[in-house]
Amino acid sequence: MVPHPHGSPASGPGRFARTWVLHEQRDSVERLQSEVAEALGSQGFGEAAAFAIRLALEEALVNGFRHGNRGDPSKQVTVECAIDADEVCIEVIDQGEGFDPGSVPDPTAEENIEIPSGRGIMLMRAYMTSVEYLPPGNRLRIVYRRDTQA
Amino acid sequence: MAQQSYVKVHQDPECTRVEFTEKHVIDEVVIRAIGNELTKLVDDSSRPRIVVSFKGVDHLSSAALGTLLTVMNRVKAKDGHLRLCDISPQILQIFEITKLNRVLRIEKDLAAAKASLSSGA
Repeated sequence: MVPHPHGSPASGPGRFARTWVLHEQRDSVERLQSEVAEALGSQGFGEAAAFAIRLALEEALVNGFRHGNRGDPSKQVTVECAIDADEVCIEVIDQGEGFDPGSVPDPTAEENIEIPSGRGIMLMRAYMTSVEYLPPGNRLRIVYRRDTQA
Repeated sequence: MAQQSYVKVHQDPECTRVEFTEKHVIDEVVIRAIGNELTKLVDDSSRPRIVVSFKGVDHLSSAALGTLLTVMNRVKAKDGHLRLCDISPQILQIFEITKLNRVLRIEKDLAAAKASLSSGA
């Protein structure tokens, strides 16, 4: 496990660690994604990893703003990211009351397949090594481990 | 001020062909605008025949999938046809993971999409 990042920025030798506080301006999300992509390249992660992590991070941010903060523009989402040669660990913390991922119905079930929402967590789980909501449910940790991903 | 357009629409003899102007279809504002434009195309046709090309698209979010499903349901309600085509392997994997490749009709390229419309299959 990558040591948990503190401060902003707080990169050590050979390791990227960074914290962002976002208020949902698209340009700041794009800047975050660009910085992460650059760090992934520096650590030798390839195109597939970059695709997976961009997608998972996007879904995590949308969930944080939309469902966690319920679109409240006065609330923020904090992103803590640590990347080394073996692992990417990203935590996305919203200011909501917490979320139970078990409450989301299976979007691939016959009765749900045509429902337009509910696929973000599924995609994160498919592309990342691990996805977990930490108590009280407003801190999402997504991890991509190079040795366990294709 | 007119809403910015994120699709190019071509009226071909066989269908209405739609291409995205963005390579990242992930921003909710962009996706909402795309949804509005596609919805208008459906609403403006008595029996829509729409081909959406993903040429040049290299990122897609779950919100975009939701928009496509909403459009598909509107097309079906008018007894129309919707085809998706020119999808890169990485993007295709998203449809496969979510099993939406079983619900949305995906063809390899524009020619195949048009052929499937012609055959009515």
